[in-house]
Amino acid sequence: MVEERFVLGNEACALGAIAAGCRFFAGYPITPSTEIAENMSVLLPKNGGSFVQMEDEIASAGAIIGASWSGVKSMTATSGPGISLMQENIGYGVITETPIVIINVQRGSPSTGQPTMSSQSDMMQARWGSHGDYETIALSPSSVQEFFDFTIKAFNLAEEYRVPVLVMSDEVVGHMREKLIIPDSVDIVKRVRPELEEGEQYLPYDAPENGVTPMPAFGDGFNVHVTGLTHDKRGYPDTNDAETHTDLVERLCDKILKNKDKICSYKEEFCDDAEIVVVSYGSPYRSVLTAVKEAREEGIKVGSLKIDTPWPFPDEEISKLAENATDFIMPEMNLGQMVHELERVAGKDANVHLIGKIGGVLHTPEEILEKIKEVASKKED
Amino acid sequence: MAVKENPYKKYLREDRLPHIFCPGCGNGIVMNAFFKGLEGSDVDFDNVSMVSGIGCSSRIPGYVKCDSLHTTHGRALSFATGLKVGNPNQDVVVFTGDGDAASIGGNHLIHAARRNIDLTVICINNNIYGMTGGQISPTSPKGSFGTTAPYGSRDVPFDLASLVTAAGASYVARWTTAHPMQLAKAITKGLENKGFSFIEAVSQCPTYYGRKNKLKTPVLGMDYLKANSVTKRRSEKMSEEELIGKIIVGEFANRPHKELCDNEEDLVNENYDGGLAIKSAFWEEF
Amino acid sequence: MNIIDSMLCKGCDICISVCPKDVYAKSKEVNSKDVYVPYPANQEACVKCGLCEISCPDQALYVDREVE
Repeated sequence: MVEERFVLGNEACALGAIAAGCRFFAGYPITPSTEIAENMSVLLPKNGGSFVQMEDEIASAGAIIGASWSGVKSMTATSGPGISLMQENIGYGVITETPIVIINVQRGSPSTGQPTMSSQSDMMQARWGSHGDYETIALSPSSVQEFFDFTIKAFNLAEEYRVPVLVMSDEVVGHMREKLIIPDSVDIVKRVRPELEEGEQYLPYDAPENGVTPMPAFGDGFNVHVTGLTHDKRGYPDTNDAETHTDLVERLCDKILKNKDKICSYKEEFCDDAEIVVVSYGSPYRSVLTAVKEAREEGIKVGSLKIDTPWPFPDEEISKLAENATDFIMPEMNLGQMVHELERVAGKDANVHLIGKIGGVLHTPEEILEKIKEVASKKED
Repeated sequence: MAVKENPYKKYLREDRLPHIFCPGCGNGIVMNAFFKGLEGSDVDFDNVSMVSGIGCSSRIPGYVKCDSLHTTHGRALSFATGLKVGNPNQDVVVFTGDGDAASIGGNHLIHAARRNIDLTVICINNNIYGMTGGQISPTSPKGSFGTTAPYGSRDVPFDLASLVTAAGASYVARWTTAHPMQLAKAITKGLENKGFSFIEAVSQCPTYYGRKNKLKTPVLGMDYLKANSVTKRRSEKMSEEELIGKIIVGEFANRPHKELCDNEEDLVNENYDGGLAIKSAFWEEF
Repeated sequence: MNIIDSMLCKGCDICISVCPKDVYAKSKEVNSKDVYVPYPANQEACVKCGLCEISCPDQALYVDREVE
């Protein structure tokens, strides 16, 4: 039976994780993500899972990778300084192709910054936070319902592509209460073990066409060696060979880049004839739609593109919109991060305008409407 | 007829031999002692998963024919915690070194010991950073030389076995590579202890520690370890002054008490009828 | 006869040193790594204690326990 509840965003995230099959959580208290850990500590024992409060965020990120290799879907949640501490192990998750989910409830930064206030200033860290070349998947929810839905989606993407997936939420969504509809059942991507022919040598990193190899659990008898060193198809370290390294890292990137059309998710509203497009992700979208509707009433041809997956960035969709649109507006709770991506894709054909806002308070519809009007009036000049 | 080869070779990935360790490195001896300890225990080799961090000793699991996780520097115990709690049916063995366990991973070490999680940790303490070329470590004896202590170390080193005992581990022992039989026996006890077991194996590093500290050959290094070892019992009758430069060997703790995974499982059984969701990532639905 | 695998031996001489019965001695022949591989010069003294096997860091040494 479909269940309706009135819950905190962070609680919705925990409920989503349980629905997706998460049965291990390791975390460390940090504002404004702590309620996720608290809810998981209540829910996991009731669902056959385990919760461990670790000694720090580095350990939390390590523990969920270990748990994932034990054959259990696993997650951690953190904010600000915590996500910085997790970066090295996120890179380990990338090179070892370990499915894990990391929730980042973004807060005002740098450093300890504004623990109780919202921001979207970790977006570039989500992309490039760990050292090295890699591609990442990140989802940004704009409502309590989306925090639930996107957490499930994050688990499914993590399993499908064998990657760490980040849910880049923020304090507004994490600490808001809204109606949550919990469906009867949710679609789950389950892990699939490798299948070997009689006498076939097991090559844990010999990837098929789509770049993703099946993954066994420890104890399944495959005797897999998992290492953060550059490794060959057998999983053995091979750190001095340029070809081995190139093949490995390119495959890790390609399995995301070449499947971008399947991973990217977004929502277009009023875009058909739009000359101005407001591009948003996460919380600011909440103010965008009101502003767009009001501007439409005043006769401005404006639309909204709401990006669910900031990473990988939906280049193709934006290029398509740029065929008609002359101006793009991006409200972000930072001084300009994803706007550089927008600039990269649309900058040649259109003008890109940032509404950067920091301090922890969400953009108001009026602020966005004002910018739409300003851009529209300049177009007339 | 049995194969005429070293009795411990059968546990290794033959296609990776010889291993990367320098001639006379103690890692190989500790590895043998581990296999001997395993044979003497009730633990089945097929049920063993290994975890390690970064450093020479952390390369050991990669040579063993079992599932192994070679992780980030210092963090082996964090990964091992997730691996063990996720599926408590496995016997999880961690190989680590003095730099990995006591310096960058010091916090994880004391917390894993505090939780008394059922892991067997074998810490090869060679008093130096070998992989990076001979820098001093938190266990380098006062006055010893390293590439980052050209005038001799002035710091007081960690006494690892005592540190882990104080942090709450249920089984702790220390031996050296010059005592392989005793080391193997301690590893047997550590494997059979249901809780956090820490076995410190003091080892020679001829290439770096030895070269810098007048113990250039493996034999000199092992002779030094043997000559300067004092049993726990004998050490209790010695003065602090007499114990300077000595390696106290023997059992430091053997006090079984309830471990983390048992507590986790109890919590599930008190709240849920379905038991632990072991390997549930492979389930169709929940 | 005890065997030392010349493919695996790195010439550390630990076997020579740990043997309580002085069974091993350095040979005059080098292996492919330019290592003087020890050999059981005094095989009949061997009491099969296995100390050399467990102390061989390179899993190169085999003690023959078969009764001749």
